Amino acid sequence: MAALETPGQTSFADRARVVRGVLRPVSVALAGAVVFLVVGSLESEIFAQQTVAGLAQGAVYGSLALALVLIYRATEVINFAQGELAMATTYIAYQLIQWGLSYWAAFFATLAIAFALGTAIQLAVIRPVQHKSVIAVVIVTVGLFVLIDGLVTWKWGADIKFMPAPFGQKVYHVGGVALARQDIGTLLVSILSVLLLWLLFQFTKLGLGMRAAALRPAAAALVGVRVDRMLAVGWGLAAVLGAVAGLMAEPSQFVLQPSLMQPVLLYAFAAAVLGGLESPTGAVVGGIALGVFLNLVGQYVHAITSELRLPFAFAVLLVVLLLRPSGLFGKRSVRRV
Amino acid sequence: MRARAPGLATVAAAAVVLALLPFALSGYHQALAAQVGIFFVAILGLDILTGYTGQISIGHGAFMAIGGYTTAVMSRDHHTSLVLTMLLAFAVCFAFGLLVGLPALRLSGVYLALATFALAVSVPQLPLKFSRFLGGSGGVQSHTVPSHLRLYAYSWASAAILFVLGWLVLRGRTGRAFRAIRDSEVAAASSGVRLPIYKTLAFGVSAAYAGVAGSLFVMGTNGFAQPNEFGIILSLELLVGAAVAGLGSLWGVLVGAAFIALLPTVSSDVPLIGSEHGQDVVFGLIVVLVMLLLPQGFAGFLARLARSRARV
Repeated sequence: MAALETPGQTSFADRARVVRGVLRPVSVALAGAVVFLVVGSLESEIFAQQTVAGLAQGAVYGSLALALVLIYRATEVINFAQGELAMATTYIAYQLIQWGLSYWAAFFATLAIAFALGTAIQLAVIRPVQHKSVIAVVIVTVGLFVLIDGLVTWKWGADIKFMPAPFGQKVYHVGGVALARQDIGTLLVSILSVLLLWLLFQFTKLGLGMRAAALRPAAAALVGVRVDRMLAVGWGLAAVLGAVAGLMAEPSQFVLQPSLMQPVLLYAFAAAVLGGLESPTGAVVGGIALGVFLNLVGQYVHAITSELRLPFAFAVLLVVLLLRPSGLFGKRSVRRV
Repeated sequence: MRARAPGLATVAAAAVVLALLPFALSGYHQALAAQVGIFFVAILGLDILTGYTGQISIGHGAFMAIGGYTTAVMSRDHHTSLVLTMLLAFAVCFAFGLLVGLPALRLSGVYLALATFALAVSVPQLPLKFSRFLGGSGGVQSHTVPSHLRLYAYSWASAAILFVLGWLVLRGRTGRAFRAIRDSEVAAASSGVRLPIYKTLAFGVSAAYAGVAGSLFVMGTNGFAQPNEFGIILSLELLVGAAVAGLGSLWGVLVGAAFIALLPTVSSDVPLIGSEHGQDVVFGLIVVLVMLLLPQGFAGFLARLARSRARV
C-alpha cells in the first residue's frame, strides 16, 4: 500500500474540504466579474463588442489550455509541443480543403487524424521515456516543437495561406452592438467540444478509466484499468482539443502560417496556470477570463500597447501566482515529511 | 563540479588543450568554439540552480538578454571596455536574479518553471517598448566588436574563472545548503539552513552566470543585441542543453554546451531535406532521439559506464 500513500496526495475528504475553502472567494470574484461585464456591456456598445470578441479568443485559449491540463493531470508533464501539434493539424485541414473537401467534412476528418497523431506520438516517443524522468519527457516535447515546426515549414512553406471562413463574414447587429458571426461560432464550437469532453469523462467507462489512471495509476492498474492505454488515449484527446483550438484560431487571425499557435500556446500556458494546472474547469475559465480581460485592457488602457500584451498577461499571471501559489482552482499541495 | 571533483590532471589537460586549440582552428571555427564556451557558462549557471538547488528555470534566456543588453548599451553609450561590461553584466544580473528569487520563494516545481517562462516571454518584449533606449527591434550595436580569437579567449577565460568560482561556492557550506534544499526543503530548514537566503542566492549566482553568457553572446553576434536573438527558443535551448548534460557533471555540461552550440551548424550541413527548414527537422529529431537513448543525459550515461566498469 505504500505506493498509494505518496506524499502530496490528500485523502478525498481532505481534498473536498480544501476545494470548498478555496472556491468560495474565487466564485465570488468570478460572479463579480460577470456582473461587471454585463453592466458594462449594457452601458457601452464598444465594451460589449470587445467582451464578445474576448470571449471567442478566450475560448480558443481555454481549449488549448484544457489540452495542456489533460496531459498534465495524467503525467505531470507540460507539453510544449501542444501548440505546434494544433498548428500542424490545422495545416492538415487546409490540405484536405485544397483536395476538395468541404470545410466541415475537413474539420471532422482533421479531428480524427489529430486523435491518431496524438496517440501515435505518445506511443512512439513519450511512452519509452515516461517512467524514466519527467524532465526527459519535457525535453522530448521541446524537441517535437522544433521538429513539427520544421516539418510543416518544409512541407507547406512559411508563407501565408488562406482558408475559407467556417462561419462566413456576417455581422449581426443587436441593439447597436455589432457581433461577428465568426466570434459566436468560435465560442460555440469551443464550448461544445469542452462539453462533449466533460460528458466523455463523467459518463463513460473510458472516461472513468482515464480519470482513475490519472488520479491513482497504481490503484487503477490493480483493478484492471489499462493505464498505458489510457495515457495514449489522453494524448489523442488532447490533440483533438488542440486541433479544435487551431481551427478556431485560424479564422480569427484570417491567415495560416507556421507561427499560428505560438502566441496562443503562451496564453494557454497562462490560462492553465491561472486555473491551477490540475483543474479542467480552471483551464477553461482561466482561458476565457484571460481573453476578455486582455481585450478590454487593450481597448481602455492605452499604456498596454500590442507589444506589451504578452508581458502584461504574464505579469498578471505572476501576481495571481504570488497571491495563490497553485492557481485559482488548484488544490493546495499538502506536504508530509 | 561534481562532489567528487574531477582529477587535477584531467582539468589541467583540458586547460592546456583549450589554450592551444584556437591556434589550430580557422577564424570561423574559433567563433564556433567560442559559442561552446558561451553555452558552457550559461548551462553551468542553470546547473547551479536546477541541478544543485532543485529550482527549475525555463527563463534563463531572459537573464542572458539582460546581460547582453548591458554590454551593448554600455559599449554604445560610454564606450566601456567589453571586459568591464562582462563584470557589469555579472553584477546587474546577480542583482536581478536576487530580485526574481524573492517571489520565486513562494513557488515551486512546475509553477516556478512557468513563472520563469513568463520572464523569458516578457523580457525580450521590453526593447520593443522602450525603443529609444534599447533600440527597438533593430537592436543595439556595441561600440567595439572583438575578433574571433579574442572572443574565444574571453569566453573560455570566463568559463574557466566561473567554473572555479562555482567550485568554490559549491564545495563548502553554501553548496551543502543548496544540495540540502534540493533533497528536501523541510529537512533543510529544520537542520538550520535558512531557505530564503540560500534560495535567492542560488537564483542570483545562476542569473549572474547567464548574464556573463549573454554578454559574450552579444559579442559573438557582431556586437548586436537584438530582441529576436533572446526569444523563448534560447531559453528552451538552454534547457535542452542542461538535459543533455544531465545533472551535476562537468563533462556533461561540456557535452550539453557543444550539443546546442554545434548541432544547428552540423544539422544545416545535412543534405537530407535540402532546405533551411531541414535544419529544424534534424535538430528536433536529434533532441528527441538523444532523450530516448539517454533519458538521464550524458551524466547518467557516464554514471552507467562507471558502474558497468566497476562490475567488470
